[in-house]
Amino acid sequence: MTDKPPSKNTERMDFWLWKLPLGIWLWAPLALFAFFAGLAGYMLTQDKTEFVESAMIGQSLPDFALKPAFDGLPGAARSDLVGGQPRLLNIWASWCLPCIAEAPQLEALHAQGVEIVGIAIRDRPEDVANFLARHGNPYTRIGADDISEVQLAIGSSGVPETFVIDAAGVIRYQHIGDIRESDIPILLAELEKAR
Amino acid sequence: MIAEIGLAALWLAAALAVLQMVSGAFALRSAEGEANPLAIYARPAAVMQALLAGLAFTMLVWAFAVTDLSVKLVAANSHSMKPMIYKLTGTWGNHEGSMLLWVGVLALSGGLIALFERRLPERTMGATLAVQGFVALGFYAFLLLSSNPFERLPVPAVEGSGLNPLLQDIGLAFHPPTLYAGYVGLSVAFSLAMGALLTREVNPTFARVMRPWVLGAWVLLTFGITAGSYWAYYELGWGGWWFWDPVENASLMPWLAATALLHSVAVLAARDALRTWTIMLGVLAFSMSMLGTFLVRSGVLTSVHAFAVDPQRGAFILVLLGLYIGGAFTIFALRAGAVAEGKRFSFSSREGALVFNNVMLSAILAIVLLGTLYPLLTEAFDVRVSVGPPYFNPASAMFAIPMFLVMAVGPLLRWKEDSPRRIRFEVLLLAAILIGVIGLVSFFGQFALLPLLGLGLAAALGVAAFLPLRGRKLTRVPVATWGMVMAHFGIAVSLFGMASEGAFTQERLAAVAPGGSEQVGDFTFTLQSVNPVAGPNWTAIEARIAVSRDGGAPVILTPQARNFWSPAQATSESALLTRWDGQLYAVIGNQAADGRWQIRMWWKPFVTFIWYGGLLIALGGVLAIIGRVRVDMKRRKAVSLGDERRADLEALGVQPGLAE
Repeated sequence: MTDKPPSKNTERMDFWLWKLPLGIWLWAPLALFAFFAGLAGYMLTQDKTEFVESAMIGQSLPDFALKPAFDGLPGAARSDLVGGQPRLLNIWASWCLPCIAEAPQLEALHAQGVEIVGIAIRDRPEDVANFLARHGNPYTRIGADDISEVQLAIGSSGVPETFVIDAAGVIRYQHIGDIRESDIPILLAELEKAR
Repeated sequence: MIAEIGLAALWLAAALAVLQMVSGAFALRSAEGEANPLAIYARPAAVMQALLAGLAFTMLVWAFAVTDLSVKLVAANSHSMKPMIYKLTGTWGNHEGSMLLWVGVLALSGGLIALFERRLPERTMGATLAVQGFVALGFYAFLLLSSNPFERLPVPAVEGSGLNPLLQDIGLAFHPPTLYAGYVGLSVAFSLAMGALLTREVNPTFARVMRPWVLGAWVLLTFGITAGSYWAYYELGWGGWWFWDPVENASLMPWLAATALLHSVAVLAARDALRTWTIMLGVLAFSMSMLGTFLVRSGVLTSVHAFAVDPQRGAFILVLLGLYIGGAFTIFALRAGAVAEGKRFSFSSREGALVFNNVMLSAILAIVLLGTLYPLLTEAFDVRVSVGPPYFNPASAMFAIPMFLVMAVGPLLRWKEDSPRRIRFEVLLLAAILIGVIGLVSFFGQFALLPLLGLGLAAALGVAAFLPLRGRKLTRVPVATWGMVMAHFGIAVSLFGMASEGAFTQERLAAVAPGGSEQVGDFTFTLQSVNPVAGPNWTAIEARIAVSRDGGAPVILTPQARNFWSPAQATSESALLTRWDGQLYAVIGNQAADGRWQIRMWWKPFVTFIWYGGLLIALGGVLAIIGRVRVDMKRRKAVSLGDERRADLEALGVQPGLAE
């Protein structure tokens, strides 16, 4: 404070914020930063899932009918996934490397009597045929989804993804990424639960 | 061998940072008038450290240039078949390399200030260098302990895995280095602020020392953000120029703080007012740089700029943030009360206008910070949100609009005290332009509120920028004032581009068969053919689109959908047709089942003005630096001439006082 009384024109703005004790202003930045640091520290210790989970889990499959992805197998429609035993719906593509990695696991599931319906994303018939010839064919049907319409409708954000569909046509479980050896029992258990 | 030299240089630089810190701290204990004998090491240590950090960085560039695949970083991010320019720029296209660049610039700024700055009292200088050394030390530790760029592979890789194709662009050559130089240049402002606070030497001399650093960093940030925005605009193929992505915000926040700082430092230099506030902004600006680094690299936020994220690294940077930002704010809280109050001024004065805009800039900064961190906060309660333009645009406009209004008249006011009635002609003129333009535009069509206001403000600001020159002899206007005029005019130009893009953009998404035609704005475009093409490390589908405006001569545009094979990734290469009054932006999408192709076209009137404006702002900053440095040199010369004359007179045995 100056010893001279401030002249009329140099009066400070008479605003309630200025009337708070100076100490609050000086410590406020530190307090805000401490809050941020605490929050960030807490968040760093939390597990972070990078995957986008489908909002469609627990909901009924949307209606669709896809043409065959190649000449060897029929195409896929919603009606093919409804009734009887629970099935796996596998979203894949011949141009996708992790799909090659998961092919043996799909074979193993197929060998245990699981019916797997495939949807090939933005693929070509000859590529699909080549892929199946080289890496095995665990599918009963493969639909061609050239514009990712079914993929988007069931809330899948990438390839490969695998969904468990129960007899009523409800999506029960979503597996994101390639199926590893360790995922097989999980998927079998989910299929059992969906029965 | 190359990698080992680099690593050794880095360790030595870290050791010198310790020396610089300790020696600088001893300067604080110097008695009045004489230097502490241990304080003399700080300057040479800073200079040597800059050289060593530069050497380390050069070694890494070399390893990338010769594609030394026994170095893990090179093997993970480069490829022997990549064009040379992208091998070099790939040095900083990854986490470790970019951190090394960061630290290199930090050491360089420390070295430069140690080498050239002689105006400050030695105690303040020592404290400044100690802080600079302390900051550098933390980041050396981070590099050496958790992100060693020179790590060798036990067995050299046969081939590298390549660089993200989005980064294989000339933009990578300029955008990160300028931006980093800007971020880290602010470290000097931070260290100076801490040094001045520790020694309580907050005065106009300090402000004049700080100003070129703030201006320089601010120019580089402005340029880096402008370049980054244009790069994202044409490279991502989304047609937008600003996405409020966390990484973009991380660059905007230091810029906002630096903009506020450079105005408040001007007030401190000219009028010796706003002492504490300037210190606060100096701390804040670099804190925002470090915060941005943390947000981008820790993975706590999701962003399109996918750095290799690692929670452990995140924890390391968080500790550094705690030390530096927490420490600085603590010292601020303890010491700022002891800094003598600066000169007073009336609200209607140039200082008053600058303070108002400082507060507005800080408010925008708070808005951006809140929006960026909000997803982090909600995620702590398991709610995932993403904050986008519907929040950022109106929330920041709320403070930007009053700021622009005050910015238009602020430079017309006198220092210390002025009556608003003196400038009522200018105020009325600007108000008439503002209302006139808004009225005119809304008469011709229905537009959203913000673009409409933006157009009116841009027109008013464009005129207002030149008003400070009215009634002055143009040849006698200082260079720095020309800088201000140009930067403020750049704001108007940029704002006009943004508003025009927002108000008048026309978009057309169509499925076109080869031979088919569509219309967007005044343009007719015809898809001539779609062909496969190949580049050095990619193949692509390329559309040939003939575009003609109002039936004029057609121009061929060739947007591509590229597939890179090392690493495998698809990118969309937009094609641009630039005209003086805007840009046509073309992107090719997927092929539909019936053989037609998805084509997306935008006509964006005056969109280029956004970046022209950014360049003008940066150029204005350059002019201001030139002007300030020239004045400083003259002043220094005058002082030394005076000293010489006094020495001569003393030698002649004349008392200096009598000769005056």
